[in-house]
Amino acid sequence: MLAEIGHFALILALLVALVQATLPLLGAWRGQLAWQGLARPVALTQFALVALSFAALTGCFVLNDFSVLYVAQHSNTLLPTVYRVAAVWGGHEGSLLLWVLMLALWTAAVAAFSVSLPQAMVARVVGVLGVLSVGFLTFILSLSNPFERLLPAAADGRDLNPLLQDPGLVIHPPMLYMGYVGFSVAFAFAIAALMAGRLDAAWARWSRPWTVVAWLFMTFGIGLGSWWAYYELGWGGWWFWDPVENASLMPWLVGTALIHSLMASDKRGNFKAWTVLLSISAFSLSLLGTFLVRSGVLTSVHAFASDPKRGVFILMFLALVVGFSLTLYAWRMPKVRMGQAVSPLSRETLLLANSVLLVVACAAVLLGTLYPLVIDALNLGKLSVGPPYFNAVFVPLMVPLLVIMVPGTVVRWRESHWGELLLRLRWVALAALAVGLAAPAVVGEWSIGAALGFGLSAWVVLGSLQHMWLRWQQPGHIGTAYWGMQCAHMGLAVVVAGITGVKSFEVERDVRMGVGDVVTIEPYAFRLQGMQEVKGPNYRAVRADVEVLKNGQPIERLYPEKRRYFSTAMPMTEAAIDSGWMRDLYVSLGDPLDGPIPQWSMRVYYKPFVPWIWAGVLLMVLGGVLATVDRRYRAASARAPAMPAGASPQGGA
Amino acid sequence: MKRFLIPLFLFLALVVFLAIGLQRDPREIPSPLIDKPAPAFSLPTLNPATGPFSPADMKGRVWLLNVWATWCVACRQEHPLLVDFAQRHQVPIVGMSYKEIQPQDAQAQNMDASAKLQFARERSQVWLSRYGNPYELSVMDIDGRVGILYGVYGVPETYVIDQLGVIRYKAVGEVTPDILASKVLPLVQKLNAS
Repeated sequence: MLAEIGHFALILALLVALVQATLPLLGAWRGQLAWQGLARPVALTQFALVALSFAALTGCFVLNDFSVLYVAQHSNTLLPTVYRVAAVWGGHEGSLLLWVLMLALWTAAVAAFSVSLPQAMVARVVGVLGVLSVGFLTFILSLSNPFERLLPAAADGRDLNPLLQDPGLVIHPPMLYMGYVGFSVAFAFAIAALMAGRLDAAWARWSRPWTVVAWLFMTFGIGLGSWWAYYELGWGGWWFWDPVENASLMPWLVGTALIHSLMASDKRGNFKAWTVLLSISAFSLSLLGTFLVRSGVLTSVHAFASDPKRGVFILMFLALVVGFSLTLYAWRMPKVRMGQAVSPLSRETLLLANSVLLVVACAAVLLGTLYPLVIDALNLGKLSVGPPYFNAVFVPLMVPLLVIMVPGTVVRWRESHWGELLLRLRWVALAALAVGLAAPAVVGEWSIGAALGFGLSAWVVLGSLQHMWLRWQQPGHIGTAYWGMQCAHMGLAVVVAGITGVKSFEVERDVRMGVGDVVTIEPYAFRLQGMQEVKGPNYRAVRADVEVLKNGQPIERLYPEKRRYFSTAMPMTEAAIDSGWMRDLYVSLGDPLDGPIPQWSMRVYYKPFVPWIWAGVLLMVLGGVLATVDRRYRAASARAPAMPAGASPQGGA
Repeated sequence: MKRFLIPLFLFLALVVFLAIGLQRDPREIPSPLIDKPAPAFSLPTLNPATGPFSPADMKGRVWLLNVWATWCVACRQEHPLLVDFAQRHQVPIVGMSYKEIQPQDAQAQNMDASAKLQFARERSQVWLSRYGNPYELSVMDIDGRVGILYGVYGVPETYVIDQLGVIRYKAVGEVTPDILASKVLPLVQKLNAS
């Protein structure tokens, strides 16, 4: 019954979405106010229906309704309730439903928080989002229906993939999808502005807070995914350049570029064409990511078993949406008045340089991700592109990015002077240089890579601190957006320091250990005290008891496990990690080994600075939150419609 | 106007590649062993009464080598197809039981080699009598060393080997009716005709 309610609600949602995708847009085009006015109520109705449908599917999972095929494939009576809820998005159909739910949520949010926007603008934005909704709802109902019945019902379900039975994975997909789908709002604003033929500063201002919210969810989602991979996959890696990771990194890079470019368009009316292109690209890359994950066109740990029709559908949808957007762009942009020329040393120029570097980095990732596919398509063979390529192209692009981050916040709009800049930043530069030269030697061994990483990180942090100190001494209100910007910049610097530290100084020992054996990584020693069998709700595990000693003194006990879930034969590794401010001690248990005495393969890792990576991500997220809650956005968007384009006063940072 | 069209053209090129990519299977990886002689080996067979088998024994015949194990779930799904294939066509299929003893077989871990062979033979026999035996014979690769020679990385795997002992085709993962009908059978018929 619940499944039918959910299915029916989804069909109704599609019908409502069809109205949403047509009448408001037509109304905006023909100047029909009544049709434009439909946008808000229709968007809210669509959200209510999709939410009902999602709740129905969740209900099927919680109540163990194995007469629903999707539930039978992804849940099990032994599965704890929280994972039954998370199992809703544990497979293809449910993930798509989550996608659509997020889209409806964003649309409803735009409808609710856009009281101050001109009605035609709201109608266009909601209409564009409605088109996206129609596409995805049609896809779900025709090719990926999660409510399909399985008759007769299964006695028990097949269970959720054990890899996904983890707290990190409960929230990773919703956060990531919030980010992916959130870029649809900036996209819809850009398309609406192109349709209206008015690319004024108001358009850029409205887009900014939405883009920042999407970005902060995406940052959090990617961070969570990386953290999960680190402790759950059992070999201590936190980024694999896997196609699906790349699929989330690409919109993040372009989204970051977009945030910065929007600022120049908002404040100075510059780079409008570039900003519109970035708005379209960020969301197009989200769609491309969906295509790559859902179609099975690339092999990846994330890829679900796929049906070729699904790939064809998403590709056609992608081609239509992006093709239409870029055609509209090529048609409308030549008529838009460009901003004034900018001088080589000005905030505009540095913001542009920042976004170009980010876009080039994204292009490099895209190339590496799709290269195997292109080579195969040209019948030149089969190959795969691994981390060495990505590291080799990514690092050299990040170096100048970090270098210009500091002057980028210091220089003035329009025009600045080299002498002034050098005078102001000379101590910061010298201090950063000193950190770069000294820090690697203090932590471990000196190397050029570690010096560069720590030096750049110090450059950004010290530059931010100096800026905040000087700003604090000046009179005038400082908006939270200012603190948010500094916080996010320092967050990135902390991530960079974390990556540099772990890459330069980690120690990995893959060993065989029997009870009583000791592995030493100075100043730590790891002693295997014993092994025992333990039983979980839906698995049985072998658990090792490892005592950790520092300089001979016991400091911690770690209990890595090897789990065998009842529903699948696949063994799962649960690493045990002792986290500190400066380092992680990481132990994961491998297979039992042949031999006269019982022994196991073990991974014993010393991972310095790893916690900094997650701490930095959290700082970036906090920065996004601070930027979003700034009063300026609300006040500005309330004032904006009355103001002529380009005449906005300068406020805040 | 023109420079604003660049993104559209780049995107269209991308779509073309994605569309072609969609027709390909990323899991289909050509084996470096194709058109190379099948690596030689000599292994005991499932039936203790017959002596060891080596690929040279099949010289002059076109045959299939199918890698399987009782613990392999996909093998069980593929198995009825092989049984059916063996009944309908005069193509010898040689089985290769691959790493039959797994880490979870606690009772077999401390056995000596001959006891392990005995253990694996018994379990494989039971499995074949339950699900049907399509194999002319089956060899026992308990420690997986021959599997390494053949580059086995996903069980089941199926090879087509010609009269001269050259590997002509390899399928990784379970064979489907489509693979059997459109790839394996035409190839075998062509090889037999030559």
